[in-house]
Amino acid sequence: MSEAARGGPAGARNEYDLTLARPEDIVRRVAVHRARSRRRFRTIFLLTWLVLVGALVIALAQSGKVDPAFIGKWGPFILGGIPVTLFVSVVSIIFAVVFALFGALGRLSGNPTIYAIATLYVSLVRGTPLIVQIIFVYLALPQFGIVLDPLTSGIFALSFNYGAYLTEIFRAGVEAVPRGQREAAAALGMQERSIMRRVILPQAIRIVTPAIGNDFISMTKDSALVSYVTIEEVFWRANNAGTQTFRNFEALMIAAVVYWVMTIVLSFGQERLEKRMAQSDVRV
Amino acid sequence: MDQPVPLSADHHDPFAKPGALTPVGSEPIVRVADLQKFYGDNHVLKGVTLEVYPRETICLIGKSGSGKSTLLRCINFLEEPTVGLIEVDGLRVDADPLRARNRQHQEQIRQIRLRAQMVFQEFNLFPHMKVIDNLIEGPIRVKGVSRDQAIATAENYLAKVGLAEKRDEYPGRLSGGQKQRVAIARALTMEPKVLLFDEPTSALDPTLVGEVINVMEELAHEGATMIVVTHEMAFAREAADRVYFIEGGQFVEVGPPDQVIEDPRDPRTREFLARTFGKAHVPA
Ligand SMILES: Nc1ncnc2c1ncn2[C@@H]1O[C@H](COP(=O)(O)OP(=O)(O)O)[C@@H](O)[C@H]1O
Ligand SMILES: [Mg+2]
Repeated sequence: MSEAARGGPAGARNEYDLTLARPEDIVRRVAVHRARSRRRFRTIFLLTWLVLVGALVIALAQSGKVDPAFIGKWGPFILGGIPVTLFVSVVSIIFAVVFALFGALGRLSGNPTIYAIATLYVSLVRGTPLIVQIIFVYLALPQFGIVLDPLTSGIFALSFNYGAYLTEIFRAGVEAVPRGQREAAAALGMQERSIMRRVILPQAIRIVTPAIGNDFISMTKDSALVSYVTIEEVFWRANNAGTQTFRNFEALMIAAVVYWVMTIVLSFGQERLEKRMAQSDVRV
Repeated sequence: MDQPVPLSADHHDPFAKPGALTPVGSEPIVRVADLQKFYGDNHVLKGVTLEVYPRETICLIGKSGSGKSTLLRCINFLEEPTVGLIEVDGLRVDADPLRARNRQHQEQIRQIRLRAQMVFQEFNLFPHMKVIDNLIEGPIRVKGVSRDQAIATAENYLAKVGLAEKRDEYPGRLSGGQKQRVAIARALTMEPKVLLFDEPTSALDPTLVGEVINVMEELAHEGATMIVVTHEMAFAREAADRVYFIEGGQFVEVGPPDQVIEDPRDPRTREFLARTFGKAHVPA
């Protein structure tokens, strides 16, 4: 090995022979060794995925039961749902955070009425299926004269639902801010509202940011449910293309791949964001 | 302001208690009268009376669990006293354990806190704010000082604790000693009448204790009024006008540092000093 030859004095027999090596050479070779095994791990990982997914694709193509022309014809139509899916998810997560903020403040409130309302919200939402809530908003509310267009219904139901789950996460986040923070603010003479707004919430939000990221990723998948209220997102389009052409397999396969790739990309982004936050000076 | 309410027949003059000194010619700036605190059934403070005159430095010493923190935290109402009176700079507040006078009581507590600022063992700086923002938060939110004015004051006190160059750092990047100096500066920017220190050097690496003690000694010599819970006997000897030894929620011995530390009268004080600092605690 050329590295070993460079790193060790003449006479070292192979790269694992550390006799007579100087400490700094050993350190360097340990680093090289580590980097190499990390690269090896990643390469094998990727190859395994390629083999498995490739084998599946080839098997499907060989089976003769899949129409490759479908992709060319309907692919762009289904992919056209991505912006809709992302739009619904982004807007819904934003409103979910707002619901959760109020929900968490309610769940932390000393006022029994406010606490009861917030608790009812969480219990009701978490105790019923999301799909029921979505269709309820769209189909049942009009009976009381509340008519919302599909997009509004879908976004409202999604954010209302996710807001309830996030409420509990936010509450835990607020409670995770060390006690001393509240005491220091109170000792300065700050009032309850300022303490919450200026000291506790900014730190709680940092604590729960990863959870919001996770929920956003789940949201992109659960947003498929708003196809039931005729929002033309990825799944709605795939479903329609499939039933029209009797090519459900191809259509749903495309939709599945779209969601899968979206979550991979988002997870990757989230990982980087979390790393950046962990390295930042602003420790909670 | 409220008229003092006699607590019971034998409490007509709450300040006429052992431990209360009555020198001529000046009024105490802090009075604690017959303070009692229960945590549930745990009788933590059993009638503490304390008077501190302007420009005095008082040290409280005693075993862990003897009630030192509780006493300090009752003075600025981070804990609600069960029985007793607190007076700081002419503002007198009775214990209100049932919060019978809630609104008015809360406002009085805020006024007390403006007068008596606390420095915590764990610093409790706001990690999401830069040093300068930690310092201006109180003056702006609580005292309604203009931002420019608050910044000028903050920079002044930051320079005083020797950390002018850390103005724009986040607390996470400071050493423990620097954090505690910032915390002292934060208390000072509120321009309080009294500073309360709860074991300000106990969370510090021994090599960093000195820089904090130096700042505190400087304050003491400049005539700040301070109540300090500490195990730093060198500080007590150097800066304290009086040392109070507390055990089981009561003052056992009070006197000038030379006497209490070098020549304790009460066997309990002697035992504490011997146990905490070794038999040879009496230095030259
Ligand atoms: N928030 C609290 N709730 C219940 N008990 C407490 C609380 N704070 C302190 N205590 C009890 O009060 C006693 C005195 O505590 P503390 O004032 O912290 O002592 P010190 O500061 O002298 O070590 C201890 O027995 C402690 O367990
Ligand atoms: Mg303590």
